[in-house]
Amino acid sequence: MEKTLNNKAWFLVLPVLVIVAFSAIVPLMTVVNYAVNDTFGNNEFFWVGLEWFEEMVTSDRLHEALGRQILFSAIILAIEVPLGIYIALNMPKRGFWASLCLVLMALPLLIPFNVVGTIWQIFGRVDIGLLGRYLAEFGFDYNYTNDPLDAWITVIVMDVWHWTSLVALLCYAGLQSIPNAYYQAAKVDQASRWAVFRYIELPKMAGVLLIAVLLRFMDSFMIYTEPFVVTGGGPGNSTTFLSIDLVKMAIGQFDLGPAAAFSIMYFLVILLVSWIFYTVMTNLDKEEGK
Amino acid sequence: MRLRGSPLVMTLYLLFLLVPIYWLVNMSLKTNAEITSTFTLLPSNLTFRNYAVILTDPSWYMGYVNSIIYVVMNTVISITVALPAAYAFSRYSFMGDKHLFFWLLTNRMSPPAVFALPFFQLYSSVGLFDTHIAVALAHCLFNVPLAVWILEGFMRGVPKEIDETAYIDGYSFPRFFVKIFMPLIASGIGVAAFFCFMFSWVELLLSRTLTSVNAKPIAATMTRTVSASGMDWGVLAAAGVLTIIPGALVIYFVRNYIAKGFALGRV
Repeated sequence: MEKTLNNKAWFLVLPVLVIVAFSAIVPLMTVVNYAVNDTFGNNEFFWVGLEWFEEMVTSDRLHEALGRQILFSAIILAIEVPLGIYIALNMPKRGFWASLCLVLMALPLLIPFNVVGTIWQIFGRVDIGLLGRYLAEFGFDYNYTNDPLDAWITVIVMDVWHWTSLVALLCYAGLQSIPNAYYQAAKVDQASRWAVFRYIELPKMAGVLLIAVLLRFMDSFMIYTEPFVVTGGGPGNSTTFLSIDLVKMAIGQFDLGPAAAFSIMYFLVILLVSWIFYTVMTNLDKEEGK
Repeated sequence: MRLRGSPLVMTLYLLFLLVPIYWLVNMSLKTNAEITSTFTLLPSNLTFRNYAVILTDPSWYMGYVNSIIYVVMNTVISITVALPAAYAFSRYSFMGDKHLFFWLLTNRMSPPAVFALPFFQLYSSVGLFDTHIAVALAHCLFNVPLAVWILEGFMRGVPKEIDETAYIDGYSFPRFFVKIFMPLIASGIGVAAFFCFMFSWVELLLSRTLTSVNAKPIAATMTRTVSASGMDWGVLAAAGVLTIIPGALVIYFVRNYIAKGFALGRV
């Protein structure tokens, strides 16, 4: 759509600007302030420049948390994206069953994050949980509170349970936009199932799939509540991801300076990914407009 | 030829989704003695005591009331400010519009953990700590951008000729917007409201940081009571089930727009 140039439109945007600025810019400035100062309480601050940043960049603790975070996000994407596509391809296309599937699949997406954690905490417990109990019965030595590997598996399965539906729903929406004529043409050409997927379905899904991947990346990169409820970051530090570490540092130990420096670097990563996301989206909009 | 899906795959996947929820519901209907001593797939002594505990104790059910209050406040604020902004973005180009749009997106993407502590100090210093409006405003950080994006997606689908015709017919902008334009994108407003409601409902980190007693959300009530009273599993499960219900109720109405909402109006 052709847009008219009109700078008075700023007045329509103003309320949003005020509200979001109050919630975003003021806190961000506070963080920047902490990041370059040291304090011994009583609101007395000493300028320390980039010291906290240096400390954080070289800190093993941050490197470990970052390593765990990247590993976690990578595993999540590697499982959820193919699985989501596969589920979307197998969903009923219309009618009662399609509605039922949509509603049931969306259910985990609407559960408060800590309840998701609680569900899996209960479900996985060896004494009272269905999963833990049956695994023990079949001879697996499974205990997510003691064994780091078990804790990881639990957190990952929980995230797959929680968010795969999002990928599937987005891909399903992409698939729905493919006209039937495409499939008929493929049938005339006697295309294989793989060829149909590769040359018809995948290109049509590419846009939404990219959105799904970026959303999953961002959200898994800032995951906090679910693993915190299930494992509390443990055993040891084995499931302490970036957000958990940050909250521990800022609120648990009140190390404001390092935590703030950490926040800012965290935020810069987010900014970079947001920019990729934005570019992808605006390109999609342009293609749509053609 | 529509390639047909396999019912078997879907059945397995849906089972995977539903079994943990079934276990939660199952536990919420058992007594604590049964939960810890025996292992049963269905409650042998069906009891509603756990629900009764929650629904009769103000320190429990006020958690729900608090959550609902700030979630509704947040939804109303978000939609009210997002409507004109989304209209501006969908109809006009103005100085800095692209940068502004991008900046809004970064707020949807920023981790709440980064903002938790500064929010605590900001709202304490202006005297809003432990009020519903504080949580509602804090959640605007990610819900306003979301609402703007979703609404903008819907508004682009409305042809511009409608605006022009209305102005020729002598409608003023506010009258046109409320009388003609808003009914046209009613479904979009519904979807945006639903997503604001939902993201505010599921968020815990900020709402827990910004409240202590008077506005404590149900999610935070759950975490504390459990650790204090030596694991009352049945009540915990019942509280969990009760938090799922609001989402489950409204989901039916927006089932066809779920993908659009999650993709910020871009499907």
